[in-house]
Amino acid sequence: MSTPLIKLTKKDFESNQDVRWCPGCGDYAILATVQRTLAQLGVARETTTFISGIGCSSRFPYYMNTYGFHTIHGRAPAIATGLKMARPELDVWVVTGDGDGLSIGGNHLMHALRRNVGLKIMLFNNQIYGLTKGQYSPTSAVGTKAASTPMGSLDYPINPLALALAAGATFVARVADTDAKLMATVLQEAYHHQGSVFIEILQNCPVFNDGIWEAITDDAPGRQIVLRDGEPLLFAGGTKGVAIGQDFQAAVVDAKNPAVSMHRAHGTLGYAQMLASLTAAEFPVPVGVLYKVEKPSYEAMANSQVADAIAAKGRGKLEALLAEGMTWRVS
Amino acid sequence: MTKSIQTLDRVVIRFAGDSGDGMQLTGTEFAKAAAEAGNDIATFPDFPAEIRAPAGSLPGVSGFQLHFSSSDIFTPGDAPDVLVVMNPAALKVNLKDLPVGGMLIINGGTFIEANLKKAGYAVNPLGDGSLEPYKVHTVDISALTTAALDATELSNKEKGRSKNFFALGLVFWMYGRDLAPEIARIEAQFAKKPQFAAANIAVLKAGYHYGETAELFQHTYHVPPAKFTPGFYRNIAGNEALATGLIAGAELAGKTLYFSGYPITPASAILHALAKNKHFGCITFQAEDEIAAIGAAIGAAYGGAVAVTASSGPGIALKMEAMGLAVMTELPLVIINVQRGGPSTGLPTKTEQSDLWQALCGRNGESPVPVFAAKTPGDCFYAAIEAIRIAIKYMTPVMLLSDGYIANGTEPWPVPDVKDLAPFPVVHRTDPAGYNVYARNEDLARAWVIPGTPGLEHRIGGIEKDALTGNISYDPANHEKQTHTRAAKVAKIAQDIAPMDVYGERSGDVLVIGWGGTHGSLRAGVESLRAQGKRVTHAHVRWLNPIEPELAGLVTKFKHVLVAELNMGQLRSLIRSEYLVDAQGLNKIQGQPFKVAEVVDAVNKLLEGKSVH
Ligand SMILES: Cc1ncc(C[n+]2csc(CCOP(=O)(O)OP(=O)(O)O)c2C)c(N)n1
Ligand code: SF4
Repeated sequence: MSTPLIKLTKKDFESNQDVRWCPGCGDYAILATVQRTLAQLGVARETTTFISGIGCSSRFPYYMNTYGFHTIHGRAPAIATGLKMARPELDVWVVTGDGDGLSIGGNHLMHALRRNVGLKIMLFNNQIYGLTKGQYSPTSAVGTKAASTPMGSLDYPINPLALALAAGATFVARVADTDAKLMATVLQEAYHHQGSVFIEILQNCPVFNDGIWEAITDDAPGRQIVLRDGEPLLFAGGTKGVAIGQDFQAAVVDAKNPAVSMHRAHGTLGYAQMLASLTAAEFPVPVGVLYKVEKPSYEAMANSQVADAIAAKGRGKLEALLAEGMTWRVS
Repeated sequence: MTKSIQTLDRVVIRFAGDSGDGMQLTGTEFAKAAAEAGNDIATFPDFPAEIRAPAGSLPGVSGFQLHFSSSDIFTPGDAPDVLVVMNPAALKVNLKDLPVGGMLIINGGTFIEANLKKAGYAVNPLGDGSLEPYKVHTVDISALTTAALDATELSNKEKGRSKNFFALGLVFWMYGRDLAPEIARIEAQFAKKPQFAAANIAVLKAGYHYGETAELFQHTYHVPPAKFTPGFYRNIAGNEALATGLIAGAELAGKTLYFSGYPITPASAILHALAKNKHFGCITFQAEDEIAAIGAAIGAAYGGAVAVTASSGPGIALKMEAMGLAVMTELPLVIINVQRGGPSTGLPTKTEQSDLWQALCGRNGESPVPVFAAKTPGDCFYAAIEAIRIAIKYMTPVMLLSDGYIANGTEPWPVPDVKDLAPFPVVHRTDPAGYNVYARNEDLARAWVIPGTPGLEHRIGGIEKDALTGNISYDPANHEKQTHTRAAKVAKIAQDIAPMDVYGERSGDVLVIGWGGTHGSLRAGVESLRAQGKRVTHAHVRWLNPIEPELAGLVTKFKHVLVAELNMGQLRSLIRSEYLVDAQGLNKIQGQPFKVAEVVDAVNKLLEGKSVH
């Protein structure tokens, strides 16, 4: 996280490669916001690394003028874990999709989060497989008619935030691709978080799943609760609120109702899970930082075990290692 | 009664009992005593896949074979001269290997109806004359052990645990071994539980004195020391040697070692050995699966660490896609496969060499990976260093093959002087001027630029890249060029391959070709054939991709070429297609190493104009 002498601008974070997403793809907006935010944060290009899997979203690193690694389908969290363990001083961002991160790579995502590896994972959720031309994904709604499911998909979708919380992520957030302002705030907060960050970005795929988030994004005040630490869960221009009762039932109530819950990003896991379970049809969708706790990061602990071992035993000597076990001298 | 002492050149002894009987410990301790007495030794542990198969059952039998000798030996021995069995199941499983006239020491106390039944004996073999062809000594080790511990507070169960030390004491006496160092070892090992140390020592002595006083044995035996080149020796197993070599290799490269693995037999011991040596600065990572393990290693390599992952057959299968990524992105990475019996879960605790094709061809696309194999436990040390050196020099994943036999087997290893190990310090490129991701040096390697280096920010990935800039390129000619270049780079490694291990003349009647862990059996077999004046040569292949350059000049100079491997003929087919020679195969797929006699027999058949199998 060394600070460059010259203040970088958004442009400095743009690589010389032509961006090849389809026109109108939500990924453009995300890219622009990430570039702008990194410039605002004043990070150095050389200590910034983007690791991705495979999918449209995973092309992201090519467009960033930082270090970047476009890896294989689903494995980015694992690869990023190795990088972060070997080089804890680097900022390691992971870009993944709903197929990449939750289907083929679900296992790695879960384990990276539970270990609290200091990765900043952005999952671009477009509820579809874009790159392979429009099959339904693990986040698609039941009944999604797609290339592989002409009669509608059968499987129940996974809730990415609930999964991340259950896995043990220490920073969990959600933001829509079009909300540049909120995204910048979330990214900035995420940047300063030490452990694993998981951000679900609601992303539009105009080609295969156009408007899938429309209900939420087109009427943002009516359909979203912007989470602010220490403030009540209000939406619809501050006229309505969400109350989470002691029976763990959520209800939309009048803003003046004293039962309206107060948002605490440092709240309990149970509360965060309640927030994650507020889904579009019945509730406004929470955006912003749902949950944030401090825990030692995996890479810090892994490296301090090495330091502790050296402190306890002294730096290992090859001569001594070679002479371990059963040895004898023949003269 | 004084007993006569017989001098023997060599002895093969096998200890067999239930998994819970401590046979591995007995064998290891006896091996230590033999090494201390100056014998050459080779060991072969053979244990079941089940951690605790039902006590007394056939699948629960665990064995440890030791060959000790006053002359050079290469293998743990074809067949035991002495078989120590702790229960009926051990007798049932092992008796077939004992030659007629061999010595059989039996813990008679366990030959009770329940145990006999579990082992499938309808009648007690101790009484039915079936053991007449052998020199049988029946000793009630169980009862004698309990008796030796009469005065202690230990429970009967705890007393029973010491019985392997009775067997150990008995063989110590038989072979005139000194008890003092063993007592010291027991004291050290059980320092935290002195009551068990005392019990084990009491039982060890009881076994020893039993040999002395009982009228059972006519002789004791003396195996004189072998003539070792003076120096410092260590009894080492292949997996230990690999771990040690990885630490050494990273140190010679001047880099941090990053090792990631997922538990699997027989590779896990490498992770264990490294995890306890973190004071060498190495980072170890137990990943969620083998894919993550290689993924993390790739990430660490990208970050500039000496990255290594190890597994066995099924785990290696899972790593293949990621290996392709390392090929494409040209990152240094060492992948170790400690082979075991396959396919699928196969024979997890048994040895085999059937992953050669997997190593050479197991990925999609034209995906050349350098592959070579360690040949002995001690060689694993040097192989680990070589793998790291080649991976870095050529910026490539390298696959190092070991196998269950050399991973767990041990041999006396001349401990190298650290000063004799040549360093190969890594220099990362830091100069941004004129940098291109896929610009290459004279060895066709690209520069290893690591994140954190200002001005050299770049992107890599699995999609085909422009041969110079590294930008995504779908250009047909570029793909062909990159494909050829990747292959040419791996082919260049031939310039680093040491002279081949060839034993015998460079022409003759039979060329025995082997690779990997069969080295000992093949060398011993060829040695004995040559001692009979036969024109036989043993060439042991280390490098499989690129293939040993010297092989081309050898295969045409012999009347017969015999490729001996613990598989269906994987190297043989490679040799046939590469050199268009009519190579014959000696193949064994029993989860067991070659016996020397099998090698001798196969060569003799070829010499007599018969077919091998
Ligand atoms: C091992 C493997 N299996 C399948 C694929 C094909 N594949 C590429 S991307 C993709 C799905 C991508 O979907 P998502 O992660 O949602 O990303 P999006 O393209 O929508 O951004 C699949 C199945 C692959 N590249 N590798
Ligand atoms: S297919 Fe969809 S997700 Fe992929 S680039 Fe096009 S619009 Fe974006």
